[in-house]
Amino acid sequence: MIDVKRVSFTYPNGTEALREVSIRVRDGEFLAVMGQNGAGKTTLVKLFNGLLKPTSGKVLVDNVNTKDTSVAKLARSVGFVFQNPDNQLFCETVEEEISFALRNFGFDESRVKRRVTWALNLLGLNEYRKTSPFMLSGGERKRVALASVLAWDPKVVVMDEPTIGQDHRQKEKLRQFIIQLNSQGKTVVIVTHDVEFVAECAPRIVLMSSGRIVAEGSSKEILTDPETLTKASIVVPQITQVFMGLADLGFQFDVIDLLSAKKLLSERLIKK
Amino acid sequence: MEPNFASYSVGLMAIIKTEGLTYTYPVATKPAVEDVSITIEKGEFAVLTGPSGCGKTTLCRCFNGLIPHFYRGDLQGHIRVIDFDVRETPIHKLALHVGLVFQNPENQLFALSVEKDVAFGLENLGMLREEMQKRVNYALETSGISHLRLKAPHELSGGQQQRVAIAGIIAMQPEVMVLDEPTSFLDPLGAEKIFKVIRILNQSLNMTVILVEHRLDLAARYANHVIVMDRGKVILDGEPKEVLSSEKARLVGVGIPKVTRLYQRLEEDGILKASEIPLSSEEMIALLRGVLAGD
Repeated sequence: MIDVKRVSFTYPNGTEALREVSIRVRDGEFLAVMGQNGAGKTTLVKLFNGLLKPTSGKVLVDNVNTKDTSVAKLARSVGFVFQNPDNQLFCETVEEEISFALRNFGFDESRVKRRVTWALNLLGLNEYRKTSPFMLSGGERKRVALASVLAWDPKVVVMDEPTIGQDHRQKEKLRQFIIQLNSQGKTVVIVTHDVEFVAECAPRIVLMSSGRIVAEGSSKEILTDPETLTKASIVVPQITQVFMGLADLGFQFDVIDLLSAKKLLSERLIKK
Repeated sequence: MEPNFASYSVGLMAIIKTEGLTYTYPVATKPAVEDVSITIEKGEFAVLTGPSGCGKTTLCRCFNGLIPHFYRGDLQGHIRVIDFDVRETPIHKLALHVGLVFQNPENQLFALSVEKDVAFGLENLGMLREEMQKRVNYALETSGISHLRLKAPHELSGGQQQRVAIAGIIAMQPEVMVLDEPTSFLDPLGAEKIFKVIRILNQSLNMTVILVEHRLDLAARYANHVIVMDRGKVILDGEPKEVLSSEKARLVGVGIPKVTRLYQRLEEDGILKASEIPLSSEEMIALLRGVLAGD
């Protein structure tokens, strides 16, 4: 469990990124941190694995204060996938990139091999095993970064903007994949402003604006509340927009995903 | 009210024309772009899309001469941009006419302040100071970053950097603007604002826009030309409605707007049928209202 207790964080240049934020991420939870650019989302999740330490307040990971331990130790249980893969990748081949952390954590070679192959297959990167990460497209590099973290099987996976640069098919894979990870008991935290992606995944949402948490709740609650969303520079999902536009025809408007939308509309249209 | 983009007519003058364009990076074994023949007319708002790794970014690099002059490698076929044969024209000359916003803004910004970065291109044109000031102010304002004017670009967030890169191109007002996923780091409202600014430049200055984008939910409504690539080749090329409603687009995994997919599912089941496929929630609402009228 990650427990953030009244945490404020100010960067050395004086930017106050978080103000008295309290939030709890339970084991096995699927959480999306949403909000506008500069709201403090990335800063918040960087506290989860000790990359940043609070200016005031405290962060406990499984009851250990992040100030009393090292990032190296925390990383074993909280894996972090950066927004920009170029901040993370540095090896000469994709295979080496994924092996790197595993060797650092002291996995033996046969296990390294198995985990690498598993991660490459999982993210559809097998054909790039021997390729330099820098020869890959932006979206592919992003998947390499994700593979390298998943390979060491951390308990919590934090992904900063995982859908950036991913095409529709990759996003759908990522969605199924996140849901699979989560159903296997892994805690998944995503930082995103991809409303349509969140609408199909339906995690618990924490909405941030100007360094504060402005709303917390289920996807259905948060994504169908235009007033709150606008405060965080997020737009209502397209499906919800349609149902809101039809509210006077007696449709419920707390609909966010494609399947429910199809079901509700089919019922009405078939009657016609 | 939203302007009616559908009625927007484009001039009939090819501003970018490629014929059998094939390009292979120096150490690569297979081409990144293969046998691409496309025409983009002056004043068009073209969206270039397709699965990640399909060659979109590579094709964009051909438009301003980064390929072949910077990346080298092997370029076959023909490519003309405005009146230049790209192969024969140096990058610095093409850059005056073709502005490119990179996918990763960090690769593009280098000045010590946002203002200087945005003004850099104009300084190189030898523009008068007063005119330069005006252009920079306009660019900063429309990109929503006036307040960051004196900040160092490398201290900004990904989304803010992206705005700086876009402001740099807006200030230049080139004839052709090529934007490679320019809003990927921006929140939805921020992205929408940028798309609207681009659309305004496109309409008021007749600037040709080529936008690489996965998020067609946001971008489809602004386009009057959609090109879809897959594994280096152009597989679809035409009007947005025609392209996005095709079976091929769906198979290749193009990010078709959610409402369009909702419509398609209902149509498959024989429940809903329209003469024009909806691309935005407004169009979907209008369609459903029409069908359900008199309920």
